[in-house]
Amino acid sequence: MAQRNDELRDNAPSGPIETAWDRHRFDMKLVNPANKRKFDVIVVGTGLAGGAAAATLGELGYNVKAFCYQDSPRRAHSIAAQGGINAAKNYQGDGDSIYRLFYDTVKGGDYRSRERNVYRLAQISVDIIDQCAAQGVPFAREYGGTLTNRSFGGAQVSRTFYARGQTGQQLLLGAYQALERQINAGTVKMYPRTEMLELIVVDGRARGIVTRDMVTGKVEAHLAHAVILGTGGYGNVFYLSTNAKGCNVTASWRAHRKGAFFANPCYTQIHPTCIPVSGDHQSKLTLMSESLRNDGRVWVPKKKEDTGKKPSQIPEADRDYYLERKYPAFGNLVPRDIASRNAKDVCDEGRGVGPGGLGVYLDFADAIERLGKKAIEERYGNLFEMYERITDEDPYEVPMRIYPAVHYTMGGLWVDYNLMSNLPGLFVIGEANFSDHGANRLGASALMQGLADGYFVVPYTLGNYLWSERTDQKPVAADHPEVKKAVADVEARTTKLLSINGKRSVDSFHRELGKLMWDKCGMARNEAGLKEALARIPALRAEFWENLRVPGTGAELNQSLEKAGRVADFLELAELFAKDALHRRESAGGHFREESQTPEGEALRDDENFSYVAAWEFNGVGEEPTLHKEQLDFEYVKLTQRSYK
Amino acid sequence: MRLTLNVWRQKGPSDKGGFEKHSLSDVSPDSSFLEMLDVLNEQLIEQGKEPIAFDHDCREGICGTCGMVINGMAHGPQQLTTTCQLHMRKFKDGDEIWIEPWRAKAFPVLKDLVVDRGSFDRIIQAGGYISVNTGSAPDANEILVPKTEADRAMDAAACIGCGACVAACPNASAMLFTSAKIAHLGLVPQGQPERYSRARNMVAQMDAEGFGGCTNHGECEAVCPKGITLENIARMNRDFVKGMFIARQEPKAQA
Repeated sequence: MAQRNDELRDNAPSGPIETAWDRHRFDMKLVNPANKRKFDVIVVGTGLAGGAAAATLGELGYNVKAFCYQDSPRRAHSIAAQGGINAAKNYQGDGDSIYRLFYDTVKGGDYRSRERNVYRLAQISVDIIDQCAAQGVPFAREYGGTLTNRSFGGAQVSRTFYARGQTGQQLLLGAYQALERQINAGTVKMYPRTEMLELIVVDGRARGIVTRDMVTGKVEAHLAHAVILGTGGYGNVFYLSTNAKGCNVTASWRAHRKGAFFANPCYTQIHPTCIPVSGDHQSKLTLMSESLRNDGRVWVPKKKEDTGKKPSQIPEADRDYYLERKYPAFGNLVPRDIASRNAKDVCDEGRGVGPGGLGVYLDFADAIERLGKKAIEERYGNLFEMYERITDEDPYEVPMRIYPAVHYTMGGLWVDYNLMSNLPGLFVIGEANFSDHGANRLGASALMQGLADGYFVVPYTLGNYLWSERTDQKPVAADHPEVKKAVADVEARTTKLLSINGKRSVDSFHRELGKLMWDKCGMARNEAGLKEALARIPALRAEFWENLRVPGTGAELNQSLEKAGRVADFLELAELFAKDALHRRESAGGHFREESQTPEGEALRDDENFSYVAAWEFNGVGEEPTLHKEQLDFEYVKLTQRSYK
Repeated sequence: MRLTLNVWRQKGPSDKGGFEKHSLSDVSPDSSFLEMLDVLNEQLIEQGKEPIAFDHDCREGICGTCGMVINGMAHGPQQLTTTCQLHMRKFKDGDEIWIEPWRAKAFPVLKDLVVDRGSFDRIIQAGGYISVNTGSAPDANEILVPKTEADRAMDAAACIGCGACVAACPNASAMLFTSAKIAHLGLVPQGQPERYSRARNMVAQMDAEGFGGCTNHGECEAVCPKGITLENIARMNRDFVKGMFIARQEPKAQA
């Protein structure tokens, strides 16, 4: 692959990290209140990041247009986050601090994130809680009326704020309500059921988007002074994931094709406690909060022959509590990636349980005996109910069956400290960017990053860009050649998808791609498997463009057509994903290369050769992308090898 | 399982629409209702026909996107369950199932089972928020919220805005939805400054959208997948009436 020497610059302020964001805010240009309404800003995606950004920019007085594919911004997939949101408030007085949250996040990301971004995230975390509480988000409370916290995902301090098991829902509704208030005030114009299908770039700057109205099919260009993408992650490249069915990479991928670099696509988070696949009809996977591992014991039969037996018929001596056996110090509470990989290993050995042998038991019998059924019901009642609804098995009587599933993608479009991509005027926030989680995200940190970017970072950095560039930004005419070309491209692509008239449905291609990605680019990756994926993806993509069948027309609500456009982009992303995974010959966080492990089977980093962000430049479909590197320097955090023995 | 399905098909808002019969065999009892429809849609595509359009997204019961009337019941026969979480084992082999969209004047059908619920967003726009700009919040622990009130606010805030309450109501009333937001924000101290104007403005918008009024049938509560209670409507009515007495200006609704 081609490599360039011009290294990417993060544009982060130098000097002491503690004051970097303060100094940067002072150094940035401000837009006078009376001038803000002269700037048009497009926000694509209205989840925690996009919704918060659109609302805040509207409050500031910018002229905002916001877009989402859902029928309402209240439905973005941020809504499904269960566990909570981290913040370094130290309300519990248990030793937390901004510095500790910063340190834990960099370490948890296996030292593949940018220190200065993460420090800012930890600083802002405290403001988020204030903002959300003021909006009326019904966080859990102590009897005295103060906010309560819990420890989450193995953290040694209690810094997680929550609203029952629906924290994402409540935070999203807070942002949604703030957004609706601005829509009412006329500062934000909302376009629901509208999908971005192209980015408009004029004179090297992002100046607009092309959208398709998903009800009428109307294709339209929208122009602005800047474009913000808050369009989420790309976990659905695996077909089966915990993402919503509509989650897609299209906005990011269209921007990538127009020049925005895609960073670290191979960093994927696989969540260990999901409900296993029950059959070929399976359309998505459901996550169960990992708090279940606090009381549940994970096991499989010692002998393959026992996997068909009822769990109650397998005596204690014939059970393998493999996490407790291999990791006596952490037991069932080992980090997500280790729990996931070990589940895969025992299933690969043929000791998995349930349909297809793809499941392990999560057993609450001991906890029920120790604490009583009532205590378990209080802690996990809603989760047990959800499990029973889906599987028809009562987890109070029969052990749960769980299996890992794709949950979150740490990779995304490359951004600098200002959350701006290498394309001037294109900002990327939330899960859609690659920034703060390195190679692995800590539990309860996704909500924190989405809201930090949307409420507190991009409103400042966008203003700086708009004012600094104002004289260079000429008005773009609606019939500018780039605008016309982008619209024509979208229309041509839609026509093409509708006219192939082949034999296979979109879903059949998506399933096949997903299975290939899961088998070869899933929990554990190796050179041979990745090379096989790289051979098979282009072939599948070629078949897609020859043998796809999309019924209906483009001038109506056509869900097959929507899916077809998204799967077409996944088929291109998948190849870059596999390339990135192949090139990163080390293991780091959510990326496990079988060739790079410690004697104990832990992920083994190669800091000397891979302590960088891999940002890929698009050179055409099927063409070799160009690798740009952003070196990661660690001034504050000491690099160590993880060990959970 | 073998099933006979009568599915509502409608090309667009102005089309009259009607039921279309399909038979489906080999349905897995472990599949969800929407996965059953996925299988039917794959068959339709194979036969060169148009698949049935229906709204769905998270498929884990929280986004509120999905919803259809199944055998006359919004979200189907299982209590406290969205359509996406309803599983086929709740039906019997050989069953005949009738599937319809939400039906209400304020929820026009866009296509087949897909309806436009933009009216719900406009009710929120009318006042379903606490007016606080980003950056102007005091420290979170400076606002004490009694646990009992916080819990009750959370009960109301659990609404997912799916619209089943409207679909189930003989008057197509949106009072359960509207009252859930009024109750959530009216129960916490942060929501007090706008409590009464909020109730008046949201109710005015609800009426302007063409939703009916509540006549205490209780169908909404019975079908609500999140267990939102009628008590919220009583609370809304109290805030609304008080708001009318102390009002200094007419409530505002968008046309």
